[in-house]
Amino acid sequence: MKIITLLKRVPDTEARILINQEGTGIREDGLKYVINPYDEYAIEEGLKVREKVGGDSKVTVVTMGPEEATELIRTALAMGADDAVHIVDPLLENAGPFTSAAVLAKVIEEEGFDIIFCGKQAIDDDMAQVQTILAEMLDIPQVNVATEFELSDDGKKAVLSRRIEGGDEKYETALPAIISCEKGLNEPRYASLPGIMKAKKKEIRKKTLADLGFETKPQGGRAEIVRWLPLPKSGECKIVEAEELQDAVKELVRLLREESKVL
Amino acid sequence: MNYPLSEEERIIQKTARDFATKDLAPVAEAANKEGTFPDEVYTKLGELGFMGITVPEEYGGVGLNNFSLVLVLEEISRVCASTAVTMSVHNSLTNWAIKTYGSEDLKKRYLPRLATAEILGAYALTEPSAGSDVSSVRMSAVKKGNEYILNGTKIFISTGNKAGAVIVFARTNPDDRKHGLSAFVVEPDFPGFSVGKIEKKMGLKASTTVELVFEDCRVPEENLLGEEGAGMKIALAGLDGGRIGIAAQSVGIAQAAMDEAVKFSRERIQFNKRIIDFQSTRWKIADMATAIEAARLLIYRVAKLRDEGQPCSKEASMAKLFASRTANRTAYDALQIHGGVGYTEEFLIERLYRDARVTEIYEGTSEIQRLVISKRVIEEYEKSMPE
Repeated sequence: MKIITLLKRVPDTEARILINQEGTGIREDGLKYVINPYDEYAIEEGLKVREKVGGDSKVTVVTMGPEEATELIRTALAMGADDAVHIVDPLLENAGPFTSAAVLAKVIEEEGFDIIFCGKQAIDDDMAQVQTILAEMLDIPQVNVATEFELSDDGKKAVLSRRIEGGDEKYETALPAIISCEKGLNEPRYASLPGIMKAKKKEIRKKTLADLGFETKPQGGRAEIVRWLPLPKSGECKIVEAEELQDAVKELVRLLREESKVL
Repeated sequence: MNYPLSEEERIIQKTARDFATKDLAPVAEAANKEGTFPDEVYTKLGELGFMGITVPEEYGGVGLNNFSLVLVLEEISRVCASTAVTMSVHNSLTNWAIKTYGSEDLKKRYLPRLATAEILGAYALTEPSAGSDVSSVRMSAVKKGNEYILNGTKIFISTGNKAGAVIVFARTNPDDRKHGLSAFVVEPDFPGFSVGKIEKKMGLKASTTVELVFEDCRVPEENLLGEEGAGMKIALAGLDGGRIGIAAQSVGIAQAAMDEAVKFSRERIQFNKRIIDFQSTRWKIADMATAIEAARLLIYRVAKLRDEGQPCSKEASMAKLFASRTANRTAYDALQIHGGVGYTEEFLIERLYRDARVTEIYEGTSEIQRLVISKRVIEEYEKSMPE
């Protein structure tokens, strides 16, 4: 069984994000990057499926991102993935969901696939669109935000759960399909030391847009990011003081009505 | 920090850090408060390869180097210095001694179980009358048939009551101070082995430190480590690795103490100001950070030297001396920044302060480190003098 897992390099969840002066992106200096946390669930689920099916099953990590993403791909290989494809091209900087999906679809078609796992969203731009566009492009079913996954014994379909307000939704899907993974699906394993040693010998195939047969960046998304803006500074806290509580309340109501205009 | 770490080393460091913060921290908190030994932690550490870092792959280890070991020890120490000392003794002393001096039979029998943490390792050198002065070891080992009979008492043995393999130093020739010492691999179920007093320590409460009593303890002759009389050589060679391990532990404690100081002083307000905005706090933090960075680089360098097989006793002592001093000074200043609450069990700094103290004592006191360093410096000077 050929399992694809998608991995994106994103700023650390605890990093403080600042918008650059030009408003074209974030300030990257001194920022720490990690594997998108939801993609870790995808990698883990891919590994579990491979362990269950056995035989010559294989987990291939596919990443689109800058050169520096190599370290994170290597980490996924140390967790146990078998090999990886890394698409690196300066033209792909700040690529939108459509472009990303088009490039990933090309790679995934070339690699061949029985199932695709990815995170439910990347925690950097929170778009959560790539998996859906990808499903359309590859013309396969998708189940999003999965919290349970079970492969049928014949490996031809899967039963899934997604947590919704007040309950679970049960799904059954034919394979191949794309599954986006939610927290709770599994407990991602660590890159163990023996895993790290093995990962050194595993192959990361680097590809550019040209290698994939694209003459230019694939376009087709109809929405475009125009500008990035920092959040407005939160206002000063004002404490209303008065000798009598009643007067303080009156003043507060006046301020809410006349200054903040919320009443 | 990227330099001087390779991609592989950064991944190792990250695994150690993630494990320490996610899995170890909650266990460590309870174990240190209650003074219990967290057995289950070592099984997980074994699965990650952390209990056999320098053990060759053919004996079930990872086949990595001392440099990787210090990276891991620092990260573990940031969260639990007790776990780190158990790991350091296990990796830097027990595994190392068997790997370096053991017969093929000993390696096959013990290393695979040590590397997976199926059993833990201990190292029994210290006696009531022999600490830094190795040549004063009194415990005796008398050959009788195909066994050695061990008699005597060892004290302050880390993990001594939990270990499945203890490296024990005993005298096979009472008249030869230098060549009369031998080392053995002893299992707790060998007849005549027993655990004596369990120490109640000031810190490192999630590790155990015990007395081991040998009364006509019967050790099969094939458990002799190296040749008869090689004990002194082994004990001296083991010092460097042990010191590098404790230096790494020290820098982890120091880093944790500084992190706590920064976190606390950003939140604590006095005179309408965060106390981190007072210069007296800032200067302390600057000095802590500088010392920690310097200590870390001393450790990185000596670990590399050891990996290259170069003599590194002076450098190991320097790293141990400076890192342990840094741990203590940083813990002291970080507690000072906390003020009164830092003196209570509510805050992590209280544990760090206690745990730091021993780093200037075990694996050679700071005084012994200075002795080693100054001796080497003088030797080097004399060697460079014209005839």
